[in-house]
Amino acid sequence: MSLSPNPPHDPRANYIQMMQRKRLYGGLTMAIFALLLVSGFMLANDRNAGGFWSGLPHVLDFPADVWADAAPKVDQLPGHFLTFFPSLLETINIAAVSTLIGAAIAVVLSMLATRGLALWPRAIPVFRRAMDIMRAMPEIVIALVLIFVLGGGPVPAMIAITFHTAGALGKLFSEVNENADLKPIEGLQSVGAGWVQRMWLGVIPQVAPNYFSYGLLRFEINIRASAILGFVGAGGIGYELKNAMSWGLGKFDEAAAIFILLFLTIVVFDQLSSRVRQGLIHKGGH
Amino acid sequence: MAASDLYQSSERLFRRKQLIGFAFPAVILTYLVYVFFAFDILGLAERARWDNGATLVRDTYSYKTHVTRDNRNGETSIAVEGERKGSYPDGMVPPWVAASGDTVTIDLKDGHRVTFLPNNGLRYEVPGFGVIEAAIVNRAVQTNLGDTVPDWVSLSRSRLDITTDAGRVSLTRNKTEVFRYSFGWELFFYTFTSPYHGHSLTDILFGPQIDPTRSNLIGAVQDFWYNPMWQHGMVVWAMFETILMAFLGTFGAAIIALPLGFMAARNFNRIMPARFAVRRVFDFLRGVDGLIWTIVLSRAFGPGPMTGALAILLTDTGSFGKMFSEALENVDPKQIDGVASTGAKPLQRYRFGVIPQITPVLLSQVLYYLESNTRSATIIGAITGGGIGLLLTQAIITQKDWEEVSYYIILILLMVMLMDTVSGWLRRKLIRGQDA
Repeated sequence: MSLSPNPPHDPRANYIQMMQRKRLYGGLTMAIFALLLVSGFMLANDRNAGGFWSGLPHVLDFPADVWADAAPKVDQLPGHFLTFFPSLLETINIAAVSTLIGAAIAVVLSMLATRGLALWPRAIPVFRRAMDIMRAMPEIVIALVLIFVLGGGPVPAMIAITFHTAGALGKLFSEVNENADLKPIEGLQSVGAGWVQRMWLGVIPQVAPNYFSYGLLRFEINIRASAILGFVGAGGIGYELKNAMSWGLGKFDEAAAIFILLFLTIVVFDQLSSRVRQGLIHKGGH
Repeated sequence: MAASDLYQSSERLFRRKQLIGFAFPAVILTYLVYVFFAFDILGLAERARWDNGATLVRDTYSYKTHVTRDNRNGETSIAVEGERKGSYPDGMVPPWVAASGDTVTIDLKDGHRVTFLPNNGLRYEVPGFGVIEAAIVNRAVQTNLGDTVPDWVSLSRSRLDITTDAGRVSLTRNKTEVFRYSFGWELFFYTFTSPYHGHSLTDILFGPQIDPTRSNLIGAVQDFWYNPMWQHGMVVWAMFETILMAFLGTFGAAIIALPLGFMAARNFNRIMPARFAVRRVFDFLRGVDGLIWTIVLSRAFGPGPMTGALAILLTDTGSFGKMFSEALENVDPKQIDGVASTGAKPLQRYRFGVIPQITPVLLSQVLYYLESNTRSATIIGAITGGGIGLLLTQAIITQKDWEEVSYYIILILLMVMLMDTVSGWLRRKLIRGQDA
């Protein structure tokens, strides 16, 4: 701010005026935001098949149906758990494999897209854009197209999630890479190490804990994604859920078993990954 | 410590590192091998429908025009993708079709030429092979091929199919049909019913009035918006719905999660059981996951954007609640003490002592979720029936309009990248604004 030749004669009035203007702008922003939100909800309500207020009393109808169907057959639940365990395993496998492969691709992409580490510095924007596109691609797009070509099953979901994971983790990894110390790389270069050796021996040991933490978080997200993709036709627990749901009343005990399995899986992996990540932070991983 | 002990311990360390260095990749490799068999990757090659893939790829950059003769009354019609909405009006033919009397000549590419002869006859000149002639005689297909039928021709008593690089020809008792492939997305701007079809942009903007009832600009925009094949207006609405779902879900969740976050933070809520209860609510909301919320809610509210928005809202209330309460536990108490020392009441203390501290963190998380929820809204839309996700699934399920599928995919990508850019820009702007 430049010094004005005539200093304000009444600082207090100026201050109050400034505060009032600030408050006005803040209030206006909030009002516009609230207006957007309310009108948005009204618009969404109009375009919905059933209205919000007419549907609200029925929110619990479906859980009640499921309960009414499942409660008398509660003794069959353990059996259902056993039946659906393989498809749950498939869902977890899809998530795990796509996290592993996606992370491997992301490591390479992120190295190629980080200044100071890139093999071809001029191609950095190319790899950044590529990661942006991969990240922007919703899993369902690739999954549906691949289901058409490859048929239903876990592979389309796996490829779809891998693709997105590679982009999403690639961006996070390249942010981690930017904070890596370049001295070990220079040291390795001075003894004639190639690019792969420099990255493997100079960068990876520095960033591995962070990679691992992001990878775990992604794994958790991917479990949810693979369950959802199952619902649109790729295999796993989502597919079983869809079958049980479209059967309707009479098979809701199976649906209930799947709900419980899915819920428990998500909660367990959620807690597990947050424990491990907490542990990493406290152990002093960068 | 003696030198030998040191040697020993460092050797042990080396051995352990070596072991880990080999064991870790080995475990991953074993797992991948297991999955390779569990997912039946080998069987995949047999199950895959590569012809579907080829159709898909070709359709993304080309379209086909059907020239069809009804063999019962001899009438010939021409339609893009064989759809009524894309049919050529009477008297209008593409330049590669020539009609004279009962004979219609269709010029496929590279010297391939098909002729519809009178009396349900068909003649196809294939360069490098010769002439195939066929006709319906006594309600059965007869050809000049004899016993040597090439593998790109399929022939039975009731049907003849010829597939070459230039196009496809089929002959049955009811109709004779020729597919000609052309590059591009035909009728993307205007269908044949619109007077603006075939006019260039400069024509429309600066040329004479085309439709006497409307000004050129208004008419052109109207006909583009209501293009019956591509339905641009509907697609824009669908994308708006998807963004709306993400917007309402994300910010609605943030607004609900903020007070709940206070209730779950150790330094703002001293009552342990209440804190515990709120936290378990967060865990529950997050654990049930968007998929199940979508199913449950769509039973009550029916399909539409509201259902999707509420599903996102519920899941994210859990996520935000957890994140907010963690952020609140890390606030600096000095600032709150300072505000309290001026005699501020609790609400004022929160407003002036806490909110300014956490706003940048919270906003950046919320905006980050906005982008990721745009993607979720696409998927949820496919399940609950709203937005661009629904259009995409429908286009894929009908399995014929792959150019529309690629159009939607491009639009979705652009939409998500736009949201990414906007949220990143807002994040930088707001957080810097807080610092200043």
